[in-house]
Amino acid sequence: MSTKLMTGAQVVLECLLREKVECFFGYPGGVTLPLYDALYDHPIRHILVRHEQNACFAAQGYARATGKVGVCCATSGPGATNLVTALVDALMDSIPVVAITGQVSTKLIGSDAFQEADTFGITRSCTKHNFMVKKLAELPQIIHEAFHLAASGRPGPVLVDIPKDVFQAQGHYTPVSTIHLPGYRLNTEGHAGQIRRAAEMIWESERPIVYAGGGIVAAEAANDLRQFVELIDAPSVCTLMGLGSMPSTHPNFISMPGMHGSYAANMAMTETDLIIALGVRFDDRVTGRLAAFAPHARVIHVDIDPAEIGKNRAADIPIVGDVKKVLERLQEAVVDLAPTMKAKNATARTAWWAQVKAWKEEHPLEPEMSTDEIKPQHLVAEIDRLSGGEAIVASDVGQHQMWGAQFIRFNHPRLWLNSGGLGSMGFGLPAAIGAQFARPDKLVFALVGDGGFQMSIPELATIANHALPVKIIVMNNGYLGMVRQWQELFYNNRLSSVQLDGFPDPEKLAGAYGFRGRTVESPRELRSVLEAAVKEPGPYLLNVRVTPFENVYPMVPAGGAINEMVLGPVQPVAV
Amino acid sequence: MLQLISLLVENKPGALMRVTGVLSARGYNIESLTVARTLDPELSRMSIVVDIESSQRAQVIKQINKLVNVLQVTDLTEGSAVRRELVLLWIGTTQENRMAVLKEAEIFGAKAVDSAADGYALEATGDPEKLDAFIRTMQRYGEIEVTRSGLVSVPLEAKKVKLAPPVHKEHLEMDQEVLKTTE
Ligand SMILES: Cc1ncc(C[n+]2csc(CCOP(=O)(O)OP(=O)(O)O)c2C)c(N)n1
Ligand SMILES: [Mg+2]
Repeated sequence: MSTKLMTGAQVVLECLLREKVECFFGYPGGVTLPLYDALYDHPIRHILVRHEQNACFAAQGYARATGKVGVCCATSGPGATNLVTALVDALMDSIPVVAITGQVSTKLIGSDAFQEADTFGITRSCTKHNFMVKKLAELPQIIHEAFHLAASGRPGPVLVDIPKDVFQAQGHYTPVSTIHLPGYRLNTEGHAGQIRRAAEMIWESERPIVYAGGGIVAAEAANDLRQFVELIDAPSVCTLMGLGSMPSTHPNFISMPGMHGSYAANMAMTETDLIIALGVRFDDRVTGRLAAFAPHARVIHVDIDPAEIGKNRAADIPIVGDVKKVLERLQEAVVDLAPTMKAKNATARTAWWAQVKAWKEEHPLEPEMSTDEIKPQHLVAEIDRLSGGEAIVASDVGQHQMWGAQFIRFNHPRLWLNSGGLGSMGFGLPAAIGAQFARPDKLVFALVGDGGFQMSIPELATIANHALPVKIIVMNNGYLGMVRQWQELFYNNRLSSVQLDGFPDPEKLAGAYGFRGRTVESPRELRSVLEAAVKEPGPYLLNVRVTPFENVYPMVPAGGAINEMVLGPVQPVAV
Repeated sequence: MLQLISLLVENKPGALMRVTGVLSARGYNIESLTVARTLDPELSRMSIVVDIESSQRAQVIKQINKLVNVLQVTDLTEGSAVRRELVLLWIGTTQENRMAVLKEAEIFGAKAVDSAADGYALEATGDPEKLDAFIRTMQRYGEIEVTRSGLVSVPLEAKKVKLAPPVHKEHLEMDQEVLKTTE
């Protein structure tokens, strides 16, 4: 028992220390002054960002790259409301984040005090759970509960709102060693009977496919996934959130399904007779028109969140559980049944693989190249080459993101960092910052569009302050490319408010922050310039002028079935 | 279609808002809602009547079940349960119809809980349809003011509440090194 008298602010830091927080991201203000004063001579490192939204995105980058809880902090009122986008983002992608916000003193709450906002109310639907602390004595329990909630089950953001007088109060850190949240029931084991039935269904299937997503990453189950896929020798796809869970070069991996998925993935998802869905949520960007999605398939759906099962697509075998544990059991069951069942569909399975390979060859994902201009696909292919499947790539949102997903390969999970569910522009750069703090040893790219980059320019200062060697690659097409693409395809090319004139000179911009940057326009120079950027010991801002009117293909038009892809600029292909 | 959902929730600030938030975020209109303490003062029982299309019912129940403060949620729409509502009704009377009003109220099992020269406060309990009829009938006798409690219910078979066990957090135990750094 710590008998030392502490302020509430010190108790907060004591809690963070016990949760093994090494650094957190934030921005101070009036009501968090006591916290920042306590930080002044405290071993936990605080990273001052330039906007609270980016504090939370950086915390997410940290969490996404490591699986640890990311922590961010903001003051009351505008500080707290600035967190909102990034909290929803973390909620959509199930990223463990603890946000600490200051609040006006308890006696002022409800009086429209200066910088008062109803943070508890505003963030209720932006978080997995949130708390308002009323007195110092509650702090340890609540903060440790927040970490437990953020990291366990289906992870997510948890916010703790702390009034200024609670930070200032004097008291003790009361040790907490158990968390008791009676309503927080987690079902991690997976139903043994269902697992058995799933194994049978797998061997009964002639055309199985494994559909894996962010849940695999959250459960640290990538190895189990790979073993399982190899064991049943099925083709596999990973969602945007799951990329890297199967090594991209694995022979059983046929890339990403969905709106900008590969031809092979979408055809296989359509023709399969069994979807083995692991830590996925049948998102509309994956399924296209739900009624036409995988019409012949039975579904085994494994997820830690029972609400995901049957939400969009009915499951024939629902399995609520930790996908890692379930995969371990499922492999055992599959092995058990193999002697009696494996041979049964061997011929059909061979034919299925032949079909999948034929699809792959028919329309492979191949980057466009030109000798006169830099094609955007060329750029991501070069990033892929430099990465060799090992670099962290934090992407922003737009065309560059989709090309990145198509062409950059990942040998492991936690390398491809994305705002998947919310699609928040402005995510990439701060996420790269968080990832680089978490993994100082890693090569970290921020792959951003010229639009999204300009949403996060202020963070160049954070990068410069800490000499973070993040390589910022702006895929500069001069447009809000993804919106322009939709205007071209679905609004008669009436380009309305999508042109981004006035991109700043990257050399001057980076120079103004004290690091180097430049523009590259020639495809011949691209490789050497990228290599030089990577060799640079510090940060680098590379502005890559790419062809402006390129579209991302394949594309499933919104509301279409995923086998009705537009494969290229010419004509829709009837399949 | 109207659904009847019964919940056991922790009696904590914001708990009600979390539950109604799941419904309002999906655009569902709450017909009635009651909350009150249970035998355990730290828990509340909530009964909600809400209009949800049947295809979404299971999803909404699951989403409510995910709320950290919710200990149990039961869909009583079809389950065997007793459902009751209370109506307090003020009716203005004339000298001539006072007795008739009381007689009529009696037929509905209602009783007068207060009386004034120009009217009565009547109390009735029952299932909502019967109360509708009661209110319609009373309207014929004079001006009325009505407050309904909303539906409360009790399931006929007790469902065991499954609670999460406490989780031990080893890394939070007192740790000399941690303490040293903060000394
Ligand atoms: C905060 C936010 N605002 C608007 C959008 C809608 N949106 C999606 S992609 C996109 C264009 C992004 O442009 P840019 O960053 O240049 O990337 P590009 O598509 O050109 O690669 C827009 C505006 C969004 N996703 N997020
Ligand atoms: Mg652009």
